[in-house]
Amino acid sequence: MTPVLAAKGLTKRYGRVTALDRCDFDLRPGEILAVIGDNGAGKSTLIKALSGAVQPDGGEIHLNGEKVVIPTPLAARGHGIETVYQTLAMSPALSIADNMFMGRELRKPGIMGKVFRKLDHARMERIARDKLSDLGLATIQNISQAVETLSGGQRQGVAVARAAAFGSQVIILDEPTAALGVKESRKVLELIQDVRARGIPIILISHNMPHVFEVADRIHIHRLGRRLCVIDPKDYTMSDAVAFMTGAKEPPAA
Amino acid sequence: MPSDITHATAARPPADPPPEFEQPNRSVLQKVQHVLHNHPAIVPVLIFALSLLIFAALTDGRNLSGLAIKITLEQVSIVGILAAAQTLVILTAGIDLSIGAVMVLSYVAMGHLAVTYGVPSPLAVLGGFATGGILGMISGLLVTRVKLPPFIVTLGMWQIVLATVYLYTGSQSIRSQTLDAEAPLLKVFGERVVIGGYPVTILGAPVIWAVVLMVAVFAVLAYVMTQTAWGRHVYAVGDDKEAAELAGVRADATLLSVYVVAGLIAALASWAAIGRVGSISPSSFFEANLDSIAAVVIGGTSLFGGRGTILGSLFGALTVGVFATGLKLAGADPQWVLFASGCLIILAVALDQWIRRISS
Repeated sequence: MTPVLAAKGLTKRYGRVTALDRCDFDLRPGEILAVIGDNGAGKSTLIKALSGAVQPDGGEIHLNGEKVVIPTPLAARGHGIETVYQTLAMSPALSIADNMFMGRELRKPGIMGKVFRKLDHARMERIARDKLSDLGLATIQNISQAVETLSGGQRQGVAVARAAAFGSQVIILDEPTAALGVKESRKVLELIQDVRARGIPIILISHNMPHVFEVADRIHIHRLGRRLCVIDPKDYTMSDAVAFMTGAKEPPAA
Repeated sequence: MPSDITHATAARPPADPPPEFEQPNRSVLQKVQHVLHNHPAIVPVLIFALSLLIFAALTDGRNLSGLAIKITLEQVSIVGILAAAQTLVILTAGIDLSIGAVMVLSYVAMGHLAVTYGVPSPLAVLGGFATGGILGMISGLLVTRVKLPPFIVTLGMWQIVLATVYLYTGSQSIRSQTLDAEAPLLKVFGERVVIGGYPVTILGAPVIWAVVLMVAVFAVLAYVMTQTAWGRHVYAVGDDKEAAELAGVRADATLLSVYVVAGLIAALASWAAIGRVGSISPSSFFEANLDSIAAVVIGGTSLFGGRGTILGSLFGALTVGVFATGLKLAGADPQWVLFASGCLIILAVALDQWIRRISS
């Protein structure tokens, strides 16, 4: 089975610090792959390299078996790789619809759109509403309300819906439950599973072991700038995973 | 019903917000805050209406006479156009302290190209636009490439541009008669609007083209800001530049374009200013920088960026204009205009802070 997204021998150095040390990575079709690792293990550099925010010094990235170069976040989006950043990357004062279509607005057909650059607000709002209700977020009634009036979980939901709406290949979620309460986390985890059910593979970066073990199909454990091992959450316990992560226990032979 | 009251107070704010959207019960003040938050243009319109009423009362209705309206509109037209440009910059969480000076240098360029160097008038006007655009681009590049704070960049530009004006012109004006003889096109915005032989008036006040230009500038910018992607990007960059960038907006390019557009609008204002003043006067419009900022702030645009409306600035400029004319007609010392405008600025920013607190 060809991985959707794969990396071979990724290397990234910041001065004398090696953040990525010949790191390998692969994401299979339709799965939720969790990426865990101690602080400073280099997992965020790995994710940044995959989402175009950082340029690796060496190594290759393959998308559906073909070698790609991802110089910017925009390029990643062009490849169908969407990232939900921990900061969510939303403009609080703008509406949900504005935020969902930020940077890829739809214009009116015909002369109004071509010459006068008029936006098609109605169409964008309709699509935004559809995307939200697809993911069970229909409780957000007013699509033109400012994002800052939403709760933390709703904002996360909008960010995930935006990624799901445009991410045709891969969705990367960076600590989606870190800032949320118990109930809201639950809702976001359900969302993640809904997105997988549509067949889009997900990379989930998280520190929350119960969440990781609940939704992940496989767990990529990152240590000292490289992939230590990939485990199946059904075969190991959370304390095993933490022990691998911290080096307290030898990893299984990969 | 006491049980209802207890329920209302207990329900707000929820300690652990549930994922479903629930409309929390709000006090009257909070409701007002929410309405103002969603419709930021309400405040400047209210302030403007209030200022009209106050001065109509103070001047026994004379403020609404044709003369008063003429004075107000003509005064407001130039500062209004500058305020439109200033709004764009302030929406990006920046500020342009140099915009009035850029306007002066632009019309000095137009005047001297036409009169001193004998360049055909249309080309001289284009030269003025080039001046405004290039000055805006310099500010924009310093902000985006060198990463300097807009306040410092435009403070420096203000002094540099103003010094250039005085050094180049030797503080000499080009007289109205000279312009009439050699480049009447430059004064076109000072002429009265006549359609089909009939002069256009508002409540008996004749209208000059500069006023029409101001209205057109606001109409076009209001469209651009609400109906085009560029407008949305300006808001997004001012709201949270990093977030906008991650969401796929070319933030620095947007920012640079805002400064260039502001410079071009300043050049447009300069063309209108020649018509309104009648001559090319290097020492005019010294207060225009700050007046434009005052209009924007009174118009409800947040100095922290990302919040505000173009039309709010129109009402901000009109409010200051009404105060100025009203106080003049009431026979007050002109310093009271400054006094009142200062009070309004502080009030407007305080109100903005209060409205913004909603998100936390």
